[in-house]
Amino acid sequence: MKILIKGGRVIDPASGRDEVTDVLIASGRIVSIGRASELPADRVFDAAGLVVAPGLVDLAARLREPGQEHEGMLESELAAAAAGGVTSLVCLPDTDPVLDEPGLVEMLKFRARKLSRCRLFPLGALTRKLEGQALTEMAELTEAGCVGFSQADVAVSDTLVLQRALQYASTYGYTVWLRPLDAWLGKGVAAQGAVATRLGLSGVPVTAETVALHTLFELVRTTRARVHLCRLSSAAGVALLRAAKSEGLPVTADVSINSLHLTDVDIGYFNPDMRLTPPLRQGADRDALRSALADGTVDALVSDHNPVAEDMKNLPFGEAEPGATGLELLLSLALRWGQDSGLTLPATLARVTQAPVCVLGEAIGSLATSAGRLVEGGVADVCVFDPAAQWSVTPAVLASQGKHTPFSFASTGMLLPGQVRATLVAGTVAFEASRPVPA
Amino acid sequence: MLMRRNPQLNKNGELIHLLSIEGLPKAVLTQILDTAGTFLSVNDREVKKVPLLRGKSVFNLFFENSTRTRTTFEIAAKRLSADVINLDIARSSTAKGESLLDTIANLSAMHADMFVVRHAESGAPYLIAQHVAPHVHVVNAGDGRHAHPTQGLLDMYTIRHFKQDFTQLTVAIVGDIVHSRVARSDIHALTTLGVPEIRAVGPKTLVPGDLAAMGVRVCHDMAEGIHGADVIIMLRLQNERMSGAMLPSAGEFFKSYGLTPEKLALAKPDCIVMHPGPINRGVEIDSSVADGNHSVILPQVTFGIAVRMAVMSTIAGNQA
Repeated sequence: MKILIKGGRVIDPASGRDEVTDVLIASGRIVSIGRASELPADRVFDAAGLVVAPGLVDLAARLREPGQEHEGMLESELAAAAAGGVTSLVCLPDTDPVLDEPGLVEMLKFRARKLSRCRLFPLGALTRKLEGQALTEMAELTEAGCVGFSQADVAVSDTLVLQRALQYASTYGYTVWLRPLDAWLGKGVAAQGAVATRLGLSGVPVTAETVALHTLFELVRTTRARVHLCRLSSAAGVALLRAAKSEGLPVTADVSINSLHLTDVDIGYFNPDMRLTPPLRQGADRDALRSALADGTVDALVSDHNPVAEDMKNLPFGEAEPGATGLELLLSLALRWGQDSGLTLPATLARVTQAPVCVLGEAIGSLATSAGRLVEGGVADVCVFDPAAQWSVTPAVLASQGKHTPFSFASTGMLLPGQVRATLVAGTVAFEASRPVPA
Repeated sequence: MLMRRNPQLNKNGELIHLLSIEGLPKAVLTQILDTAGTFLSVNDREVKKVPLLRGKSVFNLFFENSTRTRTTFEIAAKRLSADVINLDIARSSTAKGESLLDTIANLSAMHADMFVVRHAESGAPYLIAQHVAPHVHVVNAGDGRHAHPTQGLLDMYTIRHFKQDFTQLTVAIVGDIVHSRVARSDIHALTTLGVPEIRAVGPKTLVPGDLAAMGVRVCHDMAEGIHGADVIIMLRLQNERMSGAMLPSAGEFFKSYGLTPEKLALAKPDCIVMHPGPINRGVEIDSSVADGNHSVILPQVTFGIAVRMAVMSTIAGNQA
């Protein structure tokens, strides 16, 4: 099937291309970018006034499968990804059972492929059952499709195990994805600070992040393992990351849409939608994260998508399950950050397309040269969106089973910029807006 | 972000739930204290009842054990002629896995008019207040470390009774402030009522520096903390602070921060000593101080009933 996307503003952050033109797609690949004189296509999208960008690449999404699914969870969450313009996503190993067996990974990849809504890149568990004691079979898991190894939100308290895990992973050149979190200091339900003190919520100090970063950087220096730091949350953490990068350590990092836009003040009167991991920190932390993402110190912006059932959110703040739905908000919240920061559209989109693909690197094989980009001959993973359209986040418009988000219209009264009109994965239409959703 | 209206107040700024002292205007606090004054005489009568809540059902929902606070709420509600139902939730439905909101929905179906809630999680009464029918009122009887507003109000009543004017006072709160809902409610109330100097006194593990954000002066030295104080509020020290590596021993705490006659001599000569109870003699307070003529610990208990009557009758009279 040949598809022609006609007359859109084609933006490819990797090459710097930003022009109004056509994109012709056939057999899952981009055949040509440029004015198509003849129209031999089976399907023509009129993209006048719309942006044609690479499909988004999200480095952190939980699909809650296996183990935490209601019926069709994978289906609903991959539909959410497609609706959000996300064409590749990295999922975390903290499922039930934990992704520490090649068979589980193969099953997940197989099921996702059958749905053909979004490319799925699982992270395998770094340690068995995420218990922080025994290493998983990293080579086997990689063969099954894992793109790296992670502890999700579970800190490794045994530093010797952590060192060996890094040594072992670096033997094969695997990337280890870790949230900088000290096992002991990291207990708490909100960020330490004036708000947590006032509300009487147990606080997670910034040292929970910085102590872990110091340890990790020291271990990276000795093992030379490649480490991706997940969900930085503090200004002090950003400063340490900046120093580590200028020293030349092989580290990359991401930040979540939540930490990029919100602070602990947004907890308000114990709003459980603001119960998130990492916890929302203060304004100075948010500002440091925003500028670090703009200057590339923090490489990628992630949705940190985690659908949480109604019953698990309608609880007192400290008992509510952390997490928020995010796949369908990633594009809009990237655009809002870009607007607030005075960035160009290509520079904004780079943080959710090209940059995350660089983080994934060789782990995704040949896709490393064409995912997150729009290049002739490359895979046709495309997101077509209306940059001028605004929408309000209500449970009814979300495809995800997780309806809780701090950005809901009910919580914020805000409209978000940018609406996805079509998403193509490998040249196949994974999502198409039936008609513009009224704001 | 959208600022939501304080859920304790209706559109006219009248109190419909009592969840926290924070955010309540001075006029609301003063009115409750004034109302409590009128109820004090009821407690001295032969027939200790007024009909203000006749026909109303007050449910005492204690998800955390407490004999004293529950009893004072029960007495207060009964003196207002309400029907009082005590539910010891810690040992009933939630133990069977029922969620907090399901428990509330079930009790609401029994036509509750008011819930008095104690819960181990900060903010739990807010969740309840957001999910009850408009005519149902919620009183926070202590939530986690967050707030214990009726204790805060009865402390203010006690201070006003003995000191009249708030605007010249130095108040020292001593002990485990970081874990104390009483301290938080006291600090908000004292600030709202215009107390110029509030000191938080204790070791850094129990009185961390970020408490200063609440508008208090943080003191780690006991002598400095109570020097020249008009009011000293001692807090109860929980045993789990020792196992949590917050303190080495009760004995060492007493040596540094326990209120003894010698230390009390550093305060103003007419200083009053308060304690929310139950007291640990020889841990945070010496017996001779607890029983001495500076102590107003027992008047606090008496005032507590009048203050709770004032709170319940006030919110029951306001519509959402």
